[in-house]
Amino acid sequence: MRWEEIRDALATYKVGIAGCGGLGSNAAVALARVGVRHFVLADFDRVEPSNLNRQYYFLHQIGEYKTTALADNLHMIAKGLRLELHRKKLEFSNISEVFGKCDLVIEAFDKAEAKQMIAEAMMAYLPRIPLVMGNGMAGVGMFHMIRQEQWSENVYVCGDFVTEIGEETPPLAPRVGIVSNMQANLALELLLKMHLDGNRTQQP
Amino acid sequence: MEIVLNNRKETIEGGPMTVNELIKARNYTFKMLVTKVNGQLVRVEERDTVMVRDGDKVDILHLISGG
Repeated sequence: MRWEEIRDALATYKVGIAGCGGLGSNAAVALARVGVRHFVLADFDRVEPSNLNRQYYFLHQIGEYKTTALADNLHMIAKGLRLELHRKKLEFSNISEVFGKCDLVIEAFDKAEAKQMIAEAMMAYLPRIPLVMGNGMAGVGMFHMIRQEQWSENVYVCGDFVTEIGEETPPLAPRVGIVSNMQANLALELLLKMHLDGNRTQQP
Repeated sequence: MEIVLNNRKETIEGGPMTVNELIKARNYTFKMLVTKVNGQLVRVEERDTVMVRDGDKVDILHLISGG
């Protein structure tokens, strides 16, 4: 597909970003650059100095809510964005309400518990909406271990599947950036496939 | 019994058991899991009641902190 076709096709889809940290902020930026115009951004946290080693925020945004800071940054990249911000903790009981109108959701939490929660919620309540997860991206190097797979009908997973954050394996811009952009790349592929197949998760 | 665990044939000691008993027997490093039996999601709170039997296909996704 030509660039203009890709851009115009993506403008009709809505993407959910579940967590606006290292994975979510970078994946949203990549998708906004290539033509996604509608986003649901969900996060309850504020930007902290320690986030700047990997998250798409700037020094002057420290202390701001991540949803509003990310919205500001996306508006500096693309015109005509429609952003829906949810400044709340995502739970099994509110996933449907927050993401039910999305065509695809990027899972971008930091805690394994939250990843488990959204995978179960999306499989149970929103089985027609693809969920693209990030799983294992801490540390340095180990590029050959990173992969993607379709784990279930609507659950896709990107990452190395083994490297957990820890004292000796902090999450850092390069590897978090690789996996978040893998998620964006897979999201792009899935959305364009929906477009070419003429079917969509949501009624426009 | 013989099951297909994450696309690999495995022999598990003993007969039918709950999903949680299977998880305990495997002693996994990562504790946050998503489980499916024969393609169907088995939620955390269902793991003590849903059974795994000979010939079943079990999928376990290990979730890892970081993002």
